[in-house]
Amino acid sequence: MKKFAALFEAVDASTSTKAKTAALAQYFATTDPRDAVWAAFFLTGHRPRQAVPTRRMAAWAAEVAGIPEWLFAESYDAVGDFAETIALVLPDPQASSDLPLATWVEERLLPLRELPEAEQRARLEAYWRELDRTQRFIFNKLITGGFRVGVSALLVMRAIAQAFDLDAKVVAHRLAGEWSPSEAFWTSITSGAEGAVDHAKPYPFFLAQPLDVAPQALGDRADWLVEWKWDGIRAQLIRRPGVTALWSRGDEPIAGQFPEIMADAPKLPECVIDGEILAWKDGRAMPFAALQKRLGRKNPGKKVMTESPVILLAFDLLEFQGEDWRERPLAERRAKLKDVVHAIPGGSCFETSSSVRAPDWETLAIARSRSRELGTEGLMLKRLDSAYGVGRPKGVWWKWKIEPYTLDAVLVYAQKGNGKRASLFTDYTFALWKDGELVPFAKAYSGLTDAEIREVDAFIRRNTLERFGPVRTVKPELVFELGFEGIQRSQRHKSGIAVRFPRMLRRRIDKSADQANTVADALSLLL
Amino acid sequence: MLVEPTARGLYCRAGDFYIDPWQPVERAVITHAHGDHARPGSRAYLTAACGVPVLRTRMGEEGTIEGLQYGERRTVGDVAISLHPAGHVLGSSQVRIEHRGEVWVVSGDYKLDPDPTCDAFEPVRCQTFVTESTFGLPVYRWSAPRETMARINAWWRGNQVAGRASVLFAYAFGKAQRILASVDDAIGPIVVHGAVENLNEGYRRCGVKLPATRRVQDTDTKQDYAGALIVAPPSAQSTPWLKRFGDYSDAFASGWMAIRGARRRRAVDQGFVLSDHADWASLNRAIEATGAERIYVTHGAITPLVQWLATKGYDAQPMRTEFQGEAGAEEAGA
Repeated sequence: MKKFAALFEAVDASTSTKAKTAALAQYFATTDPRDAVWAAFFLTGHRPRQAVPTRRMAAWAAEVAGIPEWLFAESYDAVGDFAETIALVLPDPQASSDLPLATWVEERLLPLRELPEAEQRARLEAYWRELDRTQRFIFNKLITGGFRVGVSALLVMRAIAQAFDLDAKVVAHRLAGEWSPSEAFWTSITSGAEGAVDHAKPYPFFLAQPLDVAPQALGDRADWLVEWKWDGIRAQLIRRPGVTALWSRGDEPIAGQFPEIMADAPKLPECVIDGEILAWKDGRAMPFAALQKRLGRKNPGKKVMTESPVILLAFDLLEFQGEDWRERPLAERRAKLKDVVHAIPGGSCFETSSSVRAPDWETLAIARSRSRELGTEGLMLKRLDSAYGVGRPKGVWWKWKIEPYTLDAVLVYAQKGNGKRASLFTDYTFALWKDGELVPFAKAYSGLTDAEIREVDAFIRRNTLERFGPVRTVKPELVFELGFEGIQRSQRHKSGIAVRFPRMLRRRIDKSADQANTVADALSLLL
Repeated sequence: MLVEPTARGLYCRAGDFYIDPWQPVERAVITHAHGDHARPGSRAYLTAACGVPVLRTRMGEEGTIEGLQYGERRTVGDVAISLHPAGHVLGSSQVRIEHRGEVWVVSGDYKLDPDPTCDAFEPVRCQTFVTESTFGLPVYRWSAPRETMARINAWWRGNQVAGRASVLFAYAFGKAQRILASVDDAIGPIVVHGAVENLNEGYRRCGVKLPATRRVQDTDTKQDYAGALIVAPPSAQSTPWLKRFGDYSDAFASGWMAIRGARRRRAVDQGFVLSDHADWASLNRAIEATGAERIYVTHGAITPLVQWLATKGYDAQPMRTEFQGEAGAEEAGA
């Protein structure tokens, strides 16, 4: 645990990716496989089922610290993280422990789940007494989950590759999908041998960068494939001998949620397809809300399947008849993909994404302006000679999204943020005018710089009208331009509208509250 | 009320003076010269004798400034006042006010931890105690300052071995001098930002022992700073002024660094938890030591501290001021 805590401190303190990767690589190279595999498990965002409910941990910590629970709650409000709040309020440790991470996890953390409450409490309090503040924080985090230390899964994979002198792509593939943190697994992912990867596993998804230059800067239009950017669920379908699997970009198996896709999968030859799952009716995409009804729902009923039928809109072919196609140029992969999908007799849940035919960048810009009518978010630009890579490198795949809808709205409620933004008011609710009243319609917490956040935070502190628990009612004075991707009527919202991905584009210091937009303005955006 | 909050500041009617007023007044008693407690424009200031030089540089030429020795009694109107060390920065005081047998103490900002650059906090018995609450939550618990200083030394040494400069951000008045007086100056040269050196002069005039420091000159861009410790105010972070130091590691010294979120937001390589304010345990200890029954809580975590003190049987109430306990203090380098 000490070594893992030291790694955590090194990675957490550093602001340099290079230094973080080096610290991780050093750890992986010099640590017992049983510990290293757990470290990789947690650092890539995995977590075991929560062994002790957070509520209990908070109550016990408050009692040990000699403070009432409301004061613990106030402290949490200031800190923004449960595990950290507990670590900070507890008295200093009385002993120290040098047990390895695997022992802490396997012999101490995991068994807690099955124990009766009193025993759970006695053990947890004893563990806390053995750990210093950083170790305690980490141990609590391992229990409560959400172990984010500013390293991405991709960085962890790169560090493992560096530590064992492997190709990062190979490591990424070996770590994709579901896995359990065993010594054997660690040996299999860190070995130099080509060793067969579990064949139900997805390839790491290749991602696009947001386009931050004029498309003309990308050179010859003819070098690029352009597709619509659909707003659905990115997914990988795997058809291999004896295995059919469907994975989301978050490495979750989602076959159970989309039985119609699984039912049609046997019509495909052996292959791996990358695409977007969309709710689709009469040859066009339904609004995201329709797809949302299908998410997280295993074995959906007939009704919802009829109301929101789905397809897999395929746009890439990663493997064909057992052969890895990822290094082949996109043009070749696309041609093969079309052959594969179009060879299915009759209809199926599979479609191929069509390319947007516009001869030059200027006409393409005109096509892009029609994105919203088609229910898309803009365009994807992919180099026709590009391989299917790993991660999100610059220059090969771009997303050229449409400008968001915008409305000027008034800040009315504020709440403190989490993690990096704890103790500052960063989560805001915005309102529009309706019949002379301000009606809340969207929450947003991104889009401001740190300096702007500090300014708004100071305003909120000076202009609080009321407090309801953590929420403050703020004097309606500040106006922000909000951007969002979609807008729909909604019975559940007082304003009668729901917006998708709202965020702050800028503060409108030139506008006073009475100049903000109205609910009627918002409704006029509905097509 | 012997001291009441008004639009201009905390006012003592019986003595007709203000304590740390936020608007210009006739007579102001100043607990210490930080910007949120000492504002220019008043006609006459009274402050601890060792706080006069710094207060003078901050208030400009206007207004008279009179120094009072710690413990010396002075009759003002119908009350007797005296100043007592608050342990916050050089010349910081608590103000004791006595009126017909009733005693109030206004703490200003204070800490109980040892600090070589100022007199130690003195508990003063009173019936009513006005306390700050900047770090008035149980998550704020400071380690012994010598441990923190040892960490700063280790960080400086580590950077030196790696051939880097060490840039430490700390508030120019108080925190900077406390660090200068506590680090191991045998490690290497110490260089300071002009804003820090201006205050160093005031400290040295008052007899506070500081190591030799060199002011960064705008002209010496070719200087090699590897191995040096550079102490600069937080406002210097992410400014071109830092370019001259070449390869450096940066750190921030503040009580807020106790919280990981604040540390990460600060985006420095190291956060050292070092505050000139009382932590949770110290606040409780200081309040208890006054023997006061009535506690007024100013700037900081007012609501929780008031509620906490009430559960412990105190007559505790909030007192609104314009002192900056929270976000402001983060900039001001609590």
